[in-house]
Amino acid sequence: MTTTAEQAPLPYPFNEPAGLGLAEAYREALEQPGLLRVRLAYGEPAWLATRYADARLVLGDRRFSRAEALRHDTPRQSEGRQDSGILSMDPPGHTRLRTLVAKAFTVHQVEKLRPWVRELSQGLLDELEALGQPADLVEHYALPIPVAVICRMLGVPEEDRPKFRVWSDAALSTSSLTAEEFRRSREELRAYMAGLIEDHRLRPRPDLMTGLIEARDTGDRLSEAELVDLCVGILVAGHETTATQIPNFVHALLDHPDQMALLRERPELIRGAVEELLRFVPLGSGAGFARYATEDVEVGGTLVRAGEPVLVAIGAANRDALKFDAPGRLDVTRSGVQHLGFGHGVHHCLGAPLARLELQEALEALLVRFPGLRLAGDVEWKTQMLVRGPREMPVGW
Amino acid sequence: MTAVSWTTEVDRGLCMGSGMCAGIAPELYGLDDEDRAKPLRYRIAPDERALDAADSCPAAAILVREGEELIGPRP
Repeated sequence: MTTTAEQAPLPYPFNEPAGLGLAEAYREALEQPGLLRVRLAYGEPAWLATRYADARLVLGDRRFSRAEALRHDTPRQSEGRQDSGILSMDPPGHTRLRTLVAKAFTVHQVEKLRPWVRELSQGLLDELEALGQPADLVEHYALPIPVAVICRMLGVPEEDRPKFRVWSDAALSTSSLTAEEFRRSREELRAYMAGLIEDHRLRPRPDLMTGLIEARDTGDRLSEAELVDLCVGILVAGHETTATQIPNFVHALLDHPDQMALLRERPELIRGAVEELLRFVPLGSGAGFARYATEDVEVGGTLVRAGEPVLVAIGAANRDALKFDAPGRLDVTRSGVQHLGFGHGVHHCLGAPLARLELQEALEALLVRFPGLRLAGDVEWKTQMLVRGPREMPVGW
Repeated sequence: MTAVSWTTEVDRGLCMGSGMCAGIAPELYGLDDEDRAKPLRYRIAPDERALDAADSCPAAAILVREGEELIGPRP
């Protein structure tokens, strides 16, 4: 039996908002070819790709467009319609913006930050120890690391964290924010960033924001609105997901004490372990950022018609047995893990090399410092965000 | 006068298979069976998109040359 566009769509997302489990519905979907029909709280029904090969096709093939989503009632978890800036663009417009920032985030560039990130992690662990246990790993470790890094790179004052945390939360929220509240929060964040940009115009400094202002003012390579949205996007995307994955990875390792012990014994495994954790942890509560077919495309045996949206369940694709042996097992010794944790294709995470570095350093420093690391209270989960993870995670050592 | 031809290559050791180049310039780059990027042709006509791909590669694995001179990624 194949799924057709006329079939009643399944309510989506499948995953429980609390915890890091992968819903049973995905396991069933992975056992058969083709796409599912799903419906989110808002917007038109969509196709859902769960298999690895299908996911890569939809994310990587130019016959699928992100920009088209702006012209449709796109499937989404909250009412507010989102123009996601660079993530709502296709080449060549997308390429124009992406090339302006890409070089700041290459492996080569971000490696220069490694000694500083290592020091930063050590300093925070010192403070954590001084604070005493139990301590909240999110507030005192997971969040400060990526915030400090992206603030320094972009040129945002770190002490503004309480301010932009509120806006950033709203940007990724799936909660009952009305479209109006969502819009207001976004405008506040834009106004804040526009202020910082003006300040940088008057006093240029060696950071990414100054570089982008130059590209705008002397090169005319982007509009003022694009400049503001690009900086906003880098700030939000630059810290939220990494801040969420640090406690998620710790949680997954605490759940697999043998793997945690192995990693302590053989710290040289840390890079591969981070890749495996990126594969293993299904970060998203569901899938967003639908891709629209610009012509009829067959995906895994399902015919997607021109103008129809496809969502990609990355967490499920990362557990596809056709791609990974024993996909449900966390194995930090796995090598060459080609997960889709950073996406694929032109929208592949701009900050992937930076996120990798931060995750490697944060995890290694923590495991080395606290051989007796454990949960010391109930984890409070974010329940209304596009990304899943602890809001608060009390740990002892 | 003939223009000096361009060449492009991908360092497979550096490539992380992001699919960025194949997305930006599908006429110039593709992914192989192991999901690593490869240029579809070594010699190419001068094409801005090759430079864009080289600039955008998160692994800085793409090189573009005009004759002997390295022109991508751009400084």
